[in-house]
Amino acid sequence: MSTVLSCHEVRKAFGATVVLRDLSLDVAEHEVVVLIGASGSGKSTLLRCVNLLETVDDGTIHLDGADITDPRANADHVRQRIGIVFQAFNLFPHMTVLDNVTLAPRRVHRVPRPEAETRALALLERVGLAGKATEYPDRLSGGQQQRAAIVRALVNSPRLLLLDEVTSALDPELVGEVLALIRDLKDEGMTMLIATHEMGFARRVADRVCFLDAGVILEQGPPDQVLDAPSQPRTRQFLQRLATP
Amino acid sequence: MDHPSTGSPSALDGDPYRPSDLQLGRVAYRRRQTVRSVIVAAVSTLVLGLILAVAITGSPGWPRVQDSFLDPQVAAKSFVPVLRGLWLNIRLLFFCAIGALALGLTVAIGRTLRPALFFPLRALAALYTYVFRGAPLIVVLYLFAFGIPGLRLTGTPSVLVLGGCALVITYGAYLAEVFRAGIESVHPSQRAAARSLGLTYGQTMRHVVLPQALRRVAPPILNDLVALQKDVGLISLAGPIDAIRAAQIQTAGSFNFTPYVVAGALFVLLAAPLIAVTDWLTLRAARRQSSVGTA
Amino acid sequence: MLAAFAGCSPQETPAPAATATTGLACGKAQLRTLTAGKLTIGTDEPVYPPWFVDNKPENGQGFEGAVAQALATKLGYTAGEVAWVRVPFNNAIAPGPKTFDFDINEFSITEERKAAVDFSAPYYDVTQAVVALKNNKIGSATTLAQLKTAKLGAQVGTTSLKAITEVVQPTTQPSVYNNNDDAKAALQNGTIDGLVLDLPTAFFVTAAEIDNSAIIGQLPQPSGQPEQFGLVLDKGSTLTPCISQAVESLRADGTLKRLEDQWLAQVAGAPVLS
Repeated sequence: MSTVLSCHEVRKAFGATVVLRDLSLDVAEHEVVVLIGASGSGKSTLLRCVNLLETVDDGTIHLDGADITDPRANADHVRQRIGIVFQAFNLFPHMTVLDNVTLAPRRVHRVPRPEAETRALALLERVGLAGKATEYPDRLSGGQQQRAAIVRALVNSPRLLLLDEVTSALDPELVGEVLALIRDLKDEGMTMLIATHEMGFARRVADRVCFLDAGVILEQGPPDQVLDAPSQPRTRQFLQRLATP
Repeated sequence: MDHPSTGSPSALDGDPYRPSDLQLGRVAYRRRQTVRSVIVAAVSTLVLGLILAVAITGSPGWPRVQDSFLDPQVAAKSFVPVLRGLWLNIRLLFFCAIGALALGLTVAIGRTLRPALFFPLRALAALYTYVFRGAPLIVVLYLFAFGIPGLRLTGTPSVLVLGGCALVITYGAYLAEVFRAGIESVHPSQRAAARSLGLTYGQTMRHVVLPQALRRVAPPILNDLVALQKDVGLISLAGPIDAIRAAQIQTAGSFNFTPYVVAGALFVLLAAPLIAVTDWLTLRAARRQSSVGTA
Repeated sequence: MLAAFAGCSPQETPAPAATATTGLACGKAQLRTLTAGKLTIGTDEPVYPPWFVDNKPENGQGFEGAVAQALATKLGYTAGEVAWVRVPFNNAIAPGPKTFDFDINEFSITEERKAAVDFSAPYYDVTQAVVALKNNKIGSATTLAQLKTAKLGAQVGTTSLKAITEVVQPTTQPSVYNNNDDAKAALQNGTIDGLVLDLPTAFFVTAAEIDNSAIIGQLPQPSGQPEQFGLVLDKGSTLTPCISQAVESLRADGTLKRLEDQWLAQVAGAPVLS
């Protein structure tokens, strides 16, 4: 199995605050890596660096062996091969769901509209949103919006999918449908790097769980190991805080 | 809470619920209250109107004021000259609005460019908005319409064009700031999502940011255009005859102020459609623009 | 309705018209001026030569400054009993109480305007003249026809503007300016070819203000009658008959002519265009 993503000693600071501290992480093809950790531990920042929404201060990131942190690399081309979904404000509110999904294929890859729409509808069908294709995002529930956003991120057939706390802003009863979709994606072999608070979900979908603390990966391993029997005291502290209501 | 049915259960949608007497009593009470407040509002408005009318028309100077401001003959005589002047206002408004919008949008986009490479452009754009929002329009008009011809350069355009440029440059600065506020109000995740789909900066602007930004700032922009409609007339200080100037000329000839009233009425009529469009757009934008994300 | 308010009306009906000039009660004590015992005269801000000097009407210099002083003396007021106020054009013609007893500022008498204000007897006959830069398009014009294609300008609200539209009737719309300062600037920078002003002001402008300018000629009277300046008073003012009488006696005893010769001496020799 090839390595899709390789982060080597990545460093990122905002002003005086160091958010990522010489962090190294590899994600193999078809692997699902879940990042857990407190707010400010660097999970979102790492995802944004991988997607070139932030520039790293030091270190390298390789995608399929190519150095994407090289200033000469074409950022737009890189981003076409990586999909990302955020916690909120994903869909473009002034377009229908279908237009949202077909925007990139039509504008970036110059796919003609009928073809783009057929493919988009097929994808939406698979997640049960074909009926909402001509609606505007404000008519969809939060869970439907996030699922549509995931479909949109997949329409380019990306090598890697980044999910940044995609269920954190949803009402509890809507979280399940989104997690089910991600589970299906894993079964289809999608390589994913996920930041989440949902420990139960991490347990069911992760091949590997990484605990981030103060910009470094303090501990990583299979979910049973990290979540049930963490070796680091800080990991235990973090998990205990989550467990107590 | 149970509502005992009061009538036979034949209903249009199969729902056997019928309102209780208590509920019917509440509804009837509220209806009476509404009717009462409407009547009170109507009567008090009428009374106030009557008092004002009586106070104004009964005052000692009213007949002369009426002659000075509401003389039908003078109104009729000045109508065509004022209308001809208004045509200048309309033409100038059309071209200056387009120019100011284009300039404003360009400067706004220029100010939001992030890469360090564009720093000189951003600085220039910022300087422009500072200078021309601060400079009084009349001063700019004088400089353009009197100063530039004074340089005696060959090919100096007419005073009308120069004045139009002064208006475009001054209003462009205000519009630029409104556009910029709109662009920056679009959630950064929207831009991130667009870039993440592989769209270039230009494509992101065109398909994601600007459509949202423009819808958001349409009301304040149109508001500024209504103001422009009136300021356009200031060009008359440089020679051209606009509606107000035409009214002024008529007034001086007859020593009667009615032409100003005529001009004012025409201006309001001219602005009314634009104001109506603004209101309609605000309503439509509010409906569509609810933010995405939370359920 | 009006009868009920007549009691509070500050307006008085005019005194019965006495045709014999000696029959009018025009002594200082009988004149119902704004302030008893004082004469309040209004004029614009700023005012220009040759009508006033140094923008100080109270110095009694300039043609209108001198006429106003002569009038005050004729009516029996000393210099200390004369007060000057500045009155923007619109305030002079608006309905409502006036801040002056009479206003002197190159107002032309027309029938139309008499519906809104009272005019005194005329104190000056005025003609309009065209000023141009010597070397521009119309610098050497000698006929009205040559002016038809020129871009002419004048101050708003003046009979100069009316002269352009009624006598010259140019093919392009005249340019209209807020004041003569703007109009002079426009002439100097070439935005207009010719500036129309009353003849005395035209002489002053070409002599003292704009280099390389000249009077092309006078314009014939628009409606055949000579244009005349008069003092402006509130409509129905009780002072009008007395003020008019005073102006007439200044004319009769040669004062007006003497002041004309003193302040408007160069006003001769400009050809009348036809």
